[in-house]
Amino acid sequence: MKNRAAYFGVFTALALIFSYVETLIPIHFGIPGVKLGLANLAIVIILYKTDFKEALLLSVTRVILAGFIFGSLFSILYSMAGGVLSLIVMTVMKQRKSFSIIGVSIAGGVSHNIGQLVVAMLVVETYRVGYYLPVLLIAGMVTGAVIGIVCREVLKRVQNIRFA
Amino acid sequence: MKRNDWLLAAGILAVAVLLFCFQIFRETGDHAYVSVTVDGTLFGTYSMEEDQTVEINDTNRLVIREGSARMEWADCPDQVCVHHRGISRDGESIICLPNRVVISVDSTEQSDLDGIAQ
Repeated sequence: MKNRAAYFGVFTALALIFSYVETLIPIHFGIPGVKLGLANLAIVIILYKTDFKEALLLSVTRVILAGFIFGSLFSILYSMAGGVLSLIVMTVMKQRKSFSIIGVSIAGGVSHNIGQLVVAMLVVETYRVGYYLPVLLIAGMVTGAVIGIVCREVLKRVQNIRFA
Repeated sequence: MKRNDWLLAAGILAVAVLLFCFQIFRETGDHAYVSVTVDGTLFGTYSMEEDQTVEINDTNRLVIREGSARMEWADCPDQVCVHHRGISRDGESIICLPNRVVISVDSTEQSDLDGIAQ
């Protein structure tokens, strides 16, 4: 456990950089919430390398820092709901052991979008937002799969490194 | 990838396609209008048939052009609603979260506004 603080710092920095890189991508799909979710790369790797507690701490830290640096109070609220929900879903699915990292990541991407949608519904007090559910489901699935594949390849190569 | 991964992906895809088909079959009627709500209360309704520009409380500007409505300007920093593509189909909406502004397309054959006018 002696390197815990160091590793946590590295991963927080990594997640923040991913958040920043994502703001640089000038493509807007016309529907809010459709984006790659690069920062989840760091979250999924931490979840597989350590445990739920570490991943939750990283996720919350990243959302708050990235929110203050690149976004607004609303983007914090949005990302927090999506991030926490997706982490809970991913942890449950990982423990069941019947899904590979790609399936876990797909579920994470989809639940991330559902969490954000629920917050949007509560904030503007309209169920109308649900119109974009199909698009967000597919977007979450595709980006989740991409992140999952990358995570699998990264984890294969860092097998010998112990984070905590 | 395990078999369960594919099943999960197929399940999500099926739900999405089902919901999407449901939306496609709800065609927009002739008398479509845009309703604007601010903070949960109705700000106004505007016909989709005529081109117009609507200022919403100095925070947002809505433009209706050629049967499509979009947010042209907003004073918030993230500009999510401005990057949102134009809306025209029944049930579609654009939401400006910081200003709590919602614009959505409705196409009930008789809107409340028409009822009063008659």
